[in-house]
Amino acid sequence: MGASETNVIGASVRRKEDYRFLTGSGQYTDDVNPPNHTHAYFLRSPHAHARIRSIDTSKAKGMPGVVAIFTGADLEGVNGLPCGWLITGTDGKPMNEPPHPVLAQGKVRHVGDQVALVIAETPNQAKDAAEAIDVDYDVLPAVVNCVDALKPGAPQIHDGAPGNKCYTWALGDKAAVDAAFAKAAHVSKLDIVNNRLIPNAIEPRAAVASYSRADDSYTLYVANQNPHVERLLMTAFVLGLPEHKVRVIAPDVGGGFGSKIYLYAEETAMVWASKRVNRPIKWAAERSESFLSDAHGRDHVTRVELALDKDAKFLAMRVHTIAAMGAYLSTFASCIPTILYATLLAGQYTTPVIYAEITASFTNTAPVDAYRGAGRPEATYVVERIVHQAAVDLGLPQDEIRRRNFIRTFPYQTPVALVYDTGDYDQTLDEAMRMANVKEFPARKAEAAKRGKLRGLGYASYIEACGLAPSAVAGSLGARAGLFEAGEVRVHPTGSVTVFTGSHSHGQGHETTFAQVVAGTLGIPIENVDVVHGDTGRVLFGMGTYGSRSLAVGGTAIVKALDKIVAKGKKIAAHLLEASEGDIEFKDGKFTVAGTDRSKTFGEVALTAYVPHNYPHDKLEPGLNEMAFYDPTNFTFPAGTHICEVEVDPDTGVVGIVNFSACDDFGNIINPMIVEGQVHGGLTQGIGQALLENCVYDKDTGQLLTGSYMDYAMPRADDVPSFNVGTKVTPCTHNPLGAKGCGEAGAIGAPAALMNAVHDALLSEGVKYLDMPASPHRVWSALQSAKR
Amino acid sequence: MPVTLSLTVNGKPVGGDVDSRTLLVDYLRNDLALTGTHVGCDTGQCGACTVHLDGNAIKACTILAAQANGGNVVTIEGLAAADGTMHPMQAAFKECHGLQCGFCTPGMVMSAIDLVNRHPKASEQTIRDELEGNMCRCTGYHNIVKAVQQGASAMGK
Repeated sequence: MGASETNVIGASVRRKEDYRFLTGSGQYTDDVNPPNHTHAYFLRSPHAHARIRSIDTSKAKGMPGVVAIFTGADLEGVNGLPCGWLITGTDGKPMNEPPHPVLAQGKVRHVGDQVALVIAETPNQAKDAAEAIDVDYDVLPAVVNCVDALKPGAPQIHDGAPGNKCYTWALGDKAAVDAAFAKAAHVSKLDIVNNRLIPNAIEPRAAVASYSRADDSYTLYVANQNPHVERLLMTAFVLGLPEHKVRVIAPDVGGGFGSKIYLYAEETAMVWASKRVNRPIKWAAERSESFLSDAHGRDHVTRVELALDKDAKFLAMRVHTIAAMGAYLSTFASCIPTILYATLLAGQYTTPVIYAEITASFTNTAPVDAYRGAGRPEATYVVERIVHQAAVDLGLPQDEIRRRNFIRTFPYQTPVALVYDTGDYDQTLDEAMRMANVKEFPARKAEAAKRGKLRGLGYASYIEACGLAPSAVAGSLGARAGLFEAGEVRVHPTGSVTVFTGSHSHGQGHETTFAQVVAGTLGIPIENVDVVHGDTGRVLFGMGTYGSRSLAVGGTAIVKALDKIVAKGKKIAAHLLEASEGDIEFKDGKFTVAGTDRSKTFGEVALTAYVPHNYPHDKLEPGLNEMAFYDPTNFTFPAGTHICEVEVDPDTGVVGIVNFSACDDFGNIINPMIVEGQVHGGLTQGIGQALLENCVYDKDTGQLLTGSYMDYAMPRADDVPSFNVGTKVTPCTHNPLGAKGCGEAGAIGAPAALMNAVHDALLSEGVKYLDMPASPHRVWSALQSAKR
Repeated sequence: MPVTLSLTVNGKPVGGDVDSRTLLVDYLRNDLALTGTHVGCDTGQCGACTVHLDGNAIKACTILAAQANGGNVVTIEGLAAADGTMHPMQAAFKECHGLQCGFCTPGMVMSAIDLVNRHPKASEQTIRDELEGNMCRCTGYHNIVKAVQQGASAMGK
């Protein structure tokens, strides 16, 4: 941290951004209406897999209000959408990376695949014209399940991916794992499905693309989590446009959860088309389009085996996973079930050897990519379900088996490539057990039993890797981008400050948290600090927000810029105070000559920097504006224990959550109110996965059966309880804020905690295994089957 | 076919000819530039488009503008005082951190005021049941429930 802090850091400061959101004056992409704009509508494939024999747009082009219609044939010179992470398979070959066309080229590969872009004066005219486009499809057999896709005889989705395989990739020492299993006293096994989810940010994706002949430049407003990355990928890889001629603005964004990280076809086609029609083009997805075309999450099928010795110490773990990529490789799809999954399989435990083998397959479905947690919820689910099962198999209490295997010395090198810098897993387990009042659980279970109800308690002691990551390490693992962050601190002549960050807020509250860091460090009122993000025209550069990286990486970049501000301020103050620079101390907004009462305020120094009448011009430039890039030296490792208590009604199969307690270690916390809010939201998404949400495609036709809010069960206010959340702190050792990240933890821990609780509740009834979501139908059916 | 509208929105008389198939939410957003009312699902499920019509919360994406003819509509933009001071429910949402990305928030606040008007001493369960038609993907509802309780008490209910 900088020279001084005030108590604004660590306080639950109410959010600066809230007034505009609460009064209807936020500006989301769909609120942007450039003069003379047109409207886009995308004609999408009604088939999961089909060859396009012909597309006839002649009738549609003559419809009222139609400005232009483009199909794949028009996009000459436009490349496919790129994948940002190259995975090298166990065979030493690069992954199969088939083309991902902006508009379909000869074939469609999932329901919702975009076939034509219709541009008209009104949205309804564009839709009406799209209906008049005649597409002659030769419908092909489809495959939607990631395991089925790899079977011999499965429909072939891409010429460039034989057997629908993207890659088989492995991590860990297979021979050592096999040897450990051979001498194990006990082996526990599970087959696990991690259900496919649809992210469902409440703001649907949207874009407004404009072109200016005046200077041959483009402006794109887009609901996106990382506008600089969007611009880089779009200009350099797809459209071949000069990067400096494209401005990408991600204004207020209504939630992302991963689904707005990616470069999508829609905005890419619109930027391209905006020059052709020479008018702004606007598009906002309808919810049904979001269901069909947003990148989905999860969709793993896994076998996990855990070898234990006679004292229940973990000897080895073996994991085989098949992961769906969907019809095309989305921007970061390939790294989710590999780099962000297999590396987390040690969990909080000292398992000495682990082997993970992952095969990624193409399916006739929407692409799959990062969704809140991205790989880490899947890993946690595997680890915490098998640990739960092992405790059941061996008759040990759930806390006991965890304690026997916790990592307690740091830094800790796991057998799956990561080095945990710090943590205290006993502490978060103890506190979660206290919060959940585990001691009195047997009495509560007995009381519920009297009412004919089944109570269960489930634990998840999760770990995640956040703050992505050292660029050099990521690069060696196949990343095609850097993973640093940029920050700029602009001190104005009167001492107020504008901060420019490459991170992006779409609900996380950066405008407040980052302002707290700056105000606290400079000793100025938080009202004097504004944070700007989400605009390539105003912010130097940025990698954006995902992987709970904003504070740990983006915040640190700001701290580094603040350090430079304070260092320059000391030089100016030394000159003004006729003292040696080394004698100047900065504290509480004042530069003071050590041991004296002679000082200059931050405001006086700022003014001097811009009105440099009395100034060390021979040594220093005027002005007070500093920028910094920060590339982390390691991931951060938030961890904790979540404990869920459920009550199952055996007559209806309904699972009720009686209590959910989460004790997390996020390192140092800048704003506890915001952190708690992030946990609440994450827990609800995790509970959604475990109890409600499930993306289902029809096995034969490839139609999306859960394509609306009537079919896809989102968590609503009456589905979840109030939460019991707490934190413990072991500060991150390698960033100056000591922060680890908090955005995804809830979604990572909750599914395993809840499903372990359900299994605990049903154990006495003979139910051995249930997949998510634990819907009433599934639970009731499992109870009936167990009775037979 | 156009229809001629005449109604009150946020205390001001408005009107004119619109296409008869115009939804109320599109009329508010496109014709009146009141973009605080959001569209999240088009099917009356998510509640982001909730406004008040003649004092009742309704979903503006499932009603034609023509059906609101002659009515009195209040949107999120119409809640704060003339000097910008927020309505007690808006203030409670800020105080309790009952919002994150802000997209569902206008609809959530409009529903919250309506539910408090109908259930002055609502329990947590009643609040959760009543908000079932407003989805939030960010907050997990925990702080929304707190905000509605605090807003209710600030509204004197």
